[in-house]
Amino acid sequence: MTIRFNDETFRDDYTHFNSPEAIQRFPFPFDRDDYMYSVNIESHTSGPKGTPFDVAFDVDEHYVSEMRDLAITLEQDPKRCQSLPHMELAGWDLLELIMTSKVADYPDLFELHRDGNAWRWVNKPLGIDDSFTFLDASTLPYGPMEYITRQAQGDFAVLDQRDGSLWMDAGMVTCQADWSLDFNIGMNFTEWHAPVPKAHEMRIFERALKFLMNVQQGAPSRRLNWTMTVNPRLDTSPENYHLWGPEKRTVTPENVGQKQYLRVELQTFWRLPRSNALAFPIRCYLANLQDLSSVPKWGRRLHRVIRDLPDELADYKGFTLNRPMIVEYLSQFDDGAETSLGIYPAEDQS
Amino acid sequence: MMIQPLQVTAVEPLTSRITRFRFEHPDGDTLPLFSGGAHIVVELPDGDTLRRNAYSLISDPMDGSGYEIAVQREESGRGGSRFLHSSVKAGDTLNVGVPLNLMALNLRAKKHLLIAGGIGITPFLAQVKQLALLGLSYELHYAAPSREDAAGLALLPDDPNVHVYFSADGNRMDVPSILEQQPLGTHVYTCGPERLIAAVKDGATTLGWPASTIHSEAFTAPPPGQSFQVTLAKSGKTLVVGPHQSLLEALEAAEVDIAWSCRGGACGQCETAISSCQGKLEHNDHWLSEDERAANSKIMPCVSRFVGQDLTLDL
Ligand code: HEM
Ligand code: FES
Repeated sequence: MTIRFNDETFRDDYTHFNSPEAIQRFPFPFDRDDYMYSVNIESHTSGPKGTPFDVAFDVDEHYVSEMRDLAITLEQDPKRCQSLPHMELAGWDLLELIMTSKVADYPDLFELHRDGNAWRWVNKPLGIDDSFTFLDASTLPYGPMEYITRQAQGDFAVLDQRDGSLWMDAGMVTCQADWSLDFNIGMNFTEWHAPVPKAHEMRIFERALKFLMNVQQGAPSRRLNWTMTVNPRLDTSPENYHLWGPEKRTVTPENVGQKQYLRVELQTFWRLPRSNALAFPIRCYLANLQDLSSVPKWGRRLHRVIRDLPDELADYKGFTLNRPMIVEYLSQFDDGAETSLGIYPAEDQS
Repeated sequence: MMIQPLQVTAVEPLTSRITRFRFEHPDGDTLPLFSGGAHIVVELPDGDTLRRNAYSLISDPMDGSGYEIAVQREESGRGGSRFLHSSVKAGDTLNVGVPLNLMALNLRAKKHLLIAGGIGITPFLAQVKQLALLGLSYELHYAAPSREDAAGLALLPDDPNVHVYFSADGNRMDVPSILEQQPLGTHVYTCGPERLIAAVKDGATTLGWPASTIHSEAFTAPPPGQSFQVTLAKSGKTLVVGPHQSLLEALEAAEVDIAWSCRGGACGQCETAISSCQGKLEHNDHWLSEDERAANSKIMPCVSRFVGQDLTLDL
């Protein structure tokens, strides 16, 4: 399989685009016509061929440009990547997991040659060919977590497991939905989830934490989360709210289909071997309403979900302001027909 | 829980009661690495009974060529250790789960103080290897009845940080004085008899150590007990739990699907709701809170038992 990598931007002139194939494989997060928080966790060992669910760490047409955007964000704000001193071993675990997974899923794009601790890593799309000593950070240009997550799409939180909780003690966070690593670093699972509405009363976090603490090696899990973003912007951080917050006011009934994006996070959970830490990659996918509604099932369903979403959730996700415009736009794709179960594009029966 | 068949490649007596077992992949593949303190669940097919017992890994966490455990023969136990000692030979194949760690080192500690009594040395054998690799500061104190009974002795590094005590030689471990000498920021880990765990906890608490710096091996082997009957509310089934069987094993034998991972009362996976209970629950787990126990509303079937007229589970 060869991938044609887009040359595109996620800021300023926003030249990001999705090819027709990218739209078809978009991880649409709604398996029915309404949405509420739930412990929506499933196994991440397989999925339909060609979807982001069929590989460990998805590499798609946005790879090269996303890595360029990450480097800009990091250059402007180095605190997006932090690792407390006790997390270095977990960084090596993560590096090994990502390298071996990428090689297994994309043998034509990545190579890993290992002779004991002497490793050589070849990343063809990014033009990297580095030799280093595994477990010796002085042989890499960055710490092990930073080195590998500069070459992997999405955000990464690396959690230390102790005292009956998970602790956000390391991470690379440059394409987050309005939360901050610098603020959350060192916090535990309950603390960093404090701002989320409703889910605490529903005991979702209690059950999710119990599940996560038991994630076993070789048995990763995943869940989807979503929000709304104006313009195809990866870096919607609180630190840069002054750059993207005002853009919410640029949406009009004429441009809402192009400017309003559904932002989907494919979150996966991995137990790391040597450190017993938990890796939590958060991969971000962006598609605008116009592209999404080219799939009839998705157009119908998105209209119903956004229209009926509880106000607290729309507030928390930050799109209360433009919600009437979004619902009005999407209503043209909703003919009232029944939708089929599941998230995949398959035509609805009518 | 992922389980794979592994070959027993070595069975070696370490003392008169303790034997070391080594498992390797039948095709020589590398096994998943682990962290010090991790355990594996081993399936023991003993006649009609299938037991799944958890054992701490004692081999090098960075060595994927095999897994090693050390098992002490318990005459009054449920039979798992007797089966391993009398029936398992090199060349046999047993199903083994992936490593899971419920007593990981807290890598933020300034220093690690490991205190072992008897067979409780096992998780520390892997942890000292991990500590040495990471170059972290530690001390190990290991008490055994006698030199002949100290299975861990041959497997420990020759290192001034390792201290051994044999009561047969009149040499007893002085827990309070060990604790007193530790620098601020030390974490203590204890594995062994309940009274050792309690002594360390009391001593450290008296000295003002924060609770989060005091750790002990939480999981326990399921204890034997009296036979009891259980009713399942949803399926209407009734089953009898034998004296040497755990409730979880009885549920599995009756083909009731129930999640588990540690089988030692520590991970929370097997938590089961109780529909009605007339009698006394014997909670042997380290998972449920005091309130949950008092409410008689939940049970951990991997280790806990029951005595009384009626126990009905929400299954
Ligand atoms: C260790 C893994 C996880 C990490 C690092 C993580 C991190 C976060 C963070 C940083 C936020 C944003 C909070 C804020 O507003 O500041 C968040 C939101 C949330 N998390 Fe998690 N989370 C994890 C696992 C889970 C799991 C397993 C679930 C549930 C089943 C969950 C459910 C949620 C929900 C419902 C929200 C609100 C999202 C929204 O409405 O957009 N999280 N999480
Ligand atoms: S299986 Fe872990 S508590 Fe029962």
